Amino acid sequence: MKVLVCVKQTFDTEAKIEIKDGKIADAGINLIINPYDEVAVEGGIQLKEKGVATEVVVLAAGSDKAMDAIRTALAMGADRGILVKQDTAADEFARAVVLAAAIKAENPDLVLAGHVAADDGSSQVPTRIAEILGLPHINVITSIEIAGGKATCSSEADGGTQVTEVSMPAVISSQVSWNEPRYPSMKGIMQAKKKPVATVDAVAADSKVKIVDLSLPAAKQAGIKIDDDPDVAAAKLSEWMLNTVKVEIKK
Amino acid sequence: MAGTWIVVEQRDGNIRKVSYEMISEAKKIGDEVVAVVFGKGVEGQAAEYAKYGADKVCVVEDDVFANYNTGAFVAQMVAMIKEYSPNAVLFAHTFNGRDFASRLAQKLEQGLATDAIAIQLSAGKGIFTRSIYAGKALAKVEVTGSPVLATVRPGVCEVVPGAAAGAVFKPAIAATAADVYQTVKSFVPTVSARPELTEAAVVVSGGRGCKGPDGIKIVEQLADLLGAALGGSRASIDSGWLGHELQVGQTGKVVNPNLYVACGISGAIQHLAGMSSSKYIAAVNTDTEAPIFNVSDFGVVGDLFKVVPMLVDNLKK
Ligand SMILES: Cc1cc2nc3c(=O)[nH]c(=O)nc-3n(C[C@H](O)[C@H](O)[C@H](O)COP(=O)(O)OP(=O)(O)OC[C@H]3O[C@@H](n4cnc5c(N)ncnc54)[C@H](O)[C@@H]3O)c2cc1C
Ligand SMILES: Nc1ncnc2c1ncn2[C@@H]1O[C@H](COP(=O)(O)O)[C@@H](O)[C@H]1O
Repeated sequence: MKVLVCVKQTFDTEAKIEIKDGKIADAGINLIINPYDEVAVEGGIQLKEKGVATEVVVLAAGSDKAMDAIRTALAMGADRGILVKQDTAADEFARAVVLAAAIKAENPDLVLAGHVAADDGSSQVPTRIAEILGLPHINVITSIEIAGGKATCSSEADGGTQVTEVSMPAVISSQVSWNEPRYPSMKGIMQAKKKPVATVDAVAADSKVKIVDLSLPAAKQAGIKIDDDPDVAAAKLSEWMLNTVKVEIKK
Repeated sequence: MAGTWIVVEQRDGNIRKVSYEMISEAKKIGDEVVAVVFGKGVEGQAAEYAKYGADKVCVVEDDVFANYNTGAFVAQMVAMIKEYSPNAVLFAHTFNGRDFASRLAQKLEQGLATDAIAIQLSAGKGIFTRSIYAGKALAKVEVTGSPVLATVRPGVCEVVPGAAAGAVFKPAIAATAADVYQTVKSFVPTVSARPELTEAAVVVSGGRGCKGPDGIKIVEQLADLLGAALGGSRASIDSGWLGHELQVGQTGKVVNPNLYVACGISGAIQHLAGMSSSKYIAAVNTDTEAPIFNVSDFGVVGDLFKVVPMLVDNLKK
């Protein structure tokens, strides 16, 4: 069984965001694999270690910089990579079209992805890929079981846990609590350098959504701070909750 | 017919609050508001939607719609869009709403604004504000199409009661069971007497400073007194004191309550990403330098094991 994992390169979650010339400034920002995609890579590698998968291919659409994200996934244990060169400003539609075309050419049995990207937070691309390829999709998964051409996953749904079964091939998107991604070992990093990565051009796809304005949210101002005996502080906090916030007390 | 369609969400007759939030928000825009409810035995809910401003309620009832499934819901929506040409269709940014909207947008080869926190609609066009980089920046995006498509973040729009006629209509059913291509084996609701994180007016969270289940119990007492949802930082979730579904932050839930109370949470940037847009923030932390105080309206430098029980006693008075 061939597993393909979609990895998006994103800003480090610690990154400070600044706007320059009407764009999010990326100078000096540390780039990482989207945390959810790192979990998906780990999930793919574990399927291979269990003997369920035979090959784990990682796929990223983006600039040349995204090669680092691919190499990191290879160092974790993925077998080979594909970088589709695409403007990082492409919207969800354009990215899904481009990724779906690359996936179709690989014809995997299972496509893994993250359920959301930490930068644009849009949660659309895997679902769109599934629609383009006419495949089922299970989202926000915390476990996976593969048997008899079917995948069965637990998902973190609103207000509960859902168990969903689909026929493969399928697209499946991760929640971070699925697993704990491994750190690449020294040996893994050395081996990754020799693993094949194909660079391909993106198929034509125009963005549909236009960003018309970017801004930074108003910085939240710190308010009252009490450093006093606990009973005094608790009384003041209680007063603030009742009179300013106007909380309701359940007796 | 044009109008703004709101795809409301319910499970076993329990209507999600975000449904009312979206109806109330759409009502402000001025176009006719149509609540679209999929399900089985849901016609009786129509009056509920009308209470918050739905001019019409489109009841899509059939066995195949008893529970959300991608194929049938999308096929039915495509047929209804063709028949009625709504100007915009808004979904909730929830587990099912995201799936529904993204599939539909791709089927129509259109753009989609997900997780919108502010909405402006005009004929064939929507400008939606989105919070990107985990709340560190705001983007206004323009989406065109017929209909204009977006998902709306729960908890950001106000619920405004206001009676409307709420005339019910039932569209022809186009989807069939053959369209279903995933099987939901089970849905186990989280058993909790507390409200859900993304719907609660008050959220009380515990972090590593709780030191263990006993500290979490103290935080829970405060939560229950305030009728609040319980949340946590990644440290308390990774320690196994709370379930992952209760994590607040960049890789957890984004919450927008009226009041957020952080107990024993340092305020790492990834945690702030999930709660800094709360209307009021209070924090209890022993470390006067903790970054959580930079975003707190009311900070107490102190030991949560002392301050929180005393706060509970004071609030009870
Ligand atoms: C990719 C990525 C994603 C992440 N996503 C998230 C996320 O979604 N959510 C999240 O929360 N974190 C996330 N994190 C982790 C984050 O960086 C922090 O490690 C985490 O938020 C720390 O949790 P904490 O504040 O409970 O613990 P700590 O940072 O250890 O803080 C504990 C606090 O408790 C205080 N304290 C100790 N004793 C007491 C006492 N008796 N009374 C009162 N206060 C006391 C201390 O002064 C301290 O400030 C993420 C990290 C990464 C790298
Ligand atoms: N440019 C990209 N390259 C590879 N995978 C991507 C890309 N954009 C999105 N994805 C995948 O889609 C998931 C959700 O992204 P998004 O819809 O942008 O929130 C990510 O976690 C990735 O797995």
